[in-house]
Amino acid sequence: MRIVVAMRQLADLVEELEVDDSGTDIDREFVKFVSNEWDEAALEEALLIKEQSGAEIVAVALDEPDVDQTLYTAIAKGADKAVKLTGLEEGWVSTHSRAKAIASWLGDQQWDLLLTGVQAADDLDGQLAGILAAQLQVPHAAVVVSAQTEGSSVKVSQELGGGTIVEETIALPAVLGIQTARQAPRYAPITRIRQAMQSGGLEEASVAGDLAEGRPTVRRLYPPEKTGHAEMLTGSASDVADKIIELLRAKGLVKS
Amino acid sequence: MASDVLVVAERSGGQFGDITFELLGKAKEIASALGGKAGVVLLGDTSGVDALGAADVVYTIDDPSLSNYNPEATEASLIGLLRQVEPRLLLMGTSTYGLDWGGALSVAWDAQLASYVVGLSLEGSDIIATSQLYGGKLFAEAVLDGERGIVTAIGGSFPAEAGRTGGSPEIVATSATASAGKVTFGAIKEPDKSGVDITSADLLVSVGRGIGSQDNLELVQELADALGSPLSASRPIIDQGWLPKPQQVGKSGQKVKPKAYLSFGISGAPEHLEGMRNADLIISCNTDENAPIFDVAHYGTTVDLFDLVPELAEKLGQ
Ligand SMILES: Cc1cc2nc3c(=O)[nH]c(=O)nc-3n(C[C@H](O)[C@H](O)[C@H](O)COP(=O)(O)OP(=O)(O)OC[C@H]3O[C@@H](n4cnc5c(N)ncnc54)[C@H](O)[C@@H]3O)c2cc1C
Repeated sequence: MRIVVAMRQLADLVEELEVDDSGTDIDREFVKFVSNEWDEAALEEALLIKEQSGAEIVAVALDEPDVDQTLYTAIAKGADKAVKLTGLEEGWVSTHSRAKAIASWLGDQQWDLLLTGVQAADDLDGQLAGILAAQLQVPHAAVVVSAQTEGSSVKVSQELGGGTIVEETIALPAVLGIQTARQAPRYAPITRIRQAMQSGGLEEASVAGDLAEGRPTVRRLYPPEKTGHAEMLTGSASDVADKIIELLRAKGLVKS
Repeated sequence: MASDVLVVAERSGGQFGDITFELLGKAKEIASALGGKAGVVLLGDTSGVDALGAADVVYTIDDPSLSNYNPEATEASLIGLLRQVEPRLLLMGTSTYGLDWGGALSVAWDAQLASYVVGLSLEGSDIIATSQLYGGKLFAEAVLDGERGIVTAIGGSFPAEAGRTGGSPEIVATSATASAGKVTFGAIKEPDKSGVDITSADLLVSVGRGIGSQDNLELVQELADALGSPLSASRPIIDQGWLPKPQQVGKSGQKVKPKAYLSFGISGAPEHLEGMRNADLIISCNTDENAPIFDVAHYGTTVDLFDLVPELAEKLGQ
């Protein structure tokens, strides 16, 4: 069983995101890039499959800022191999283009199951799992909360709205968009990440593509107008607490 | 050029979700401007078709392959129908439907896709979609190029009333398209409804990832106890196993409408807002002044939750 985990870097949402001079992309110069949190869930699910029934795990990602950190961390957590796909221009890679790059690399690989995050915060032209699966003409499922391999198939649980779960069996090879792993993603001790970095061994493969392929043409990227912005309560914690209690009291939600 | 707009109806437990009517209202607006028809695709059994009076046409695909959720069978039939009808636009929710099928349909039907859409309009013959990206921190306004497009919209973005008007649409029964048969349905499991019911509470104290660790939950639990309210949470708190699933607020959790919703360390991602934006009073604590939660909250504060929560609990405990 060979499981590929497609991972990616994304601007850290905790940071202030500014729009660049073109007005159609974020300013990538000063933002911190981190691993997409749903890809971390995909990696965790792959590690659980490996522990349960044995598998080789290959983490793959496009060359984006600080991707080495993400890939070495994947190795430190238990991935057997990590591959960095180079050759695309730096910038906002469309999901269709990302899928094509991964599909072209997969063309030379032997693989059974591909896991990736259910979504990423900038995937305007759609989510990777379905696009990649359609390009590869293999079955897929998204919003997956459990994946367990059984011979040449994978048993998945998909989450519908409101927490309803549907269980299916999918013939391999297949692509899954992971929403949540069966357990919260594990941490890799920093010493192990360092060890992985020191032993090196990130493989590189080159891919080609056009950043914006398949994405609707963005005319404008902008922060939402603050029309309905909250009235801000300021002062010390004690002042703010008093104001909140007053608001709740006015609603009859605090006794006396 | 094609001028019809098709909506994929969403049903759960036999009921249409609001999203179906929100999209149908939008479909009517765009189709009529283009001089086309607003259609609804009804997958599986045809019960409830009477609720779709606002549509000009309802395409039914009543086939055993579609009676249970199955992405492969559904996509095959949808592609078959799209090739037959060739609409200008296909609308879905950014629900499991849209997240699961949207991308694959865009490849197979060769149409551009805009996801996380909160605004949709026509400029001349151009379709302009506004999408909510980066967890709600930025909006992207984009033109869907080409002669066909797919839009997956966030629930609550368009008024549902426009899609609930009466009428007698033409019903067109179409047949399913066979799929490769690689996905086999197993079972459906309804969520556990036992435990704390957060949907009937007047007041909710809600906690997000800003709480940092499971041990710190005790702090907010004390506050909830002092207020006599249940504790609810954003999805990451549930995924960590820190609180049970019935206490999750949002698109994949519970939709709540309390008299007051007090949130601590929740950023306000679109999936969370979908579950609580209609609360009468929303008061939010988040150290990031740009957190999207402040766009829906009535009152906000950037005071650290670790300072504010104990203050509140203490004052209320007196
Ligand atoms: C298909 C799908 C369905 C989903 N369904 C749901 C759903 O039903 N419900 C849901 O909630 N999410 C859902 N999500 C997840 C959603 O996208 C977000 O990831 C999630 O809502 C983020 O939770 P959060 O706000 O707690 O965490 P974060 O986004 O990480 O936010 C934490 C916040 O805490 C603030 N903070 C940090 N420290 C402090 C402090 N000391 N004091 C005050 N503030 C602090 C930070 O500024 C930050 O804004 C879904 C996602 C998908 C893909």
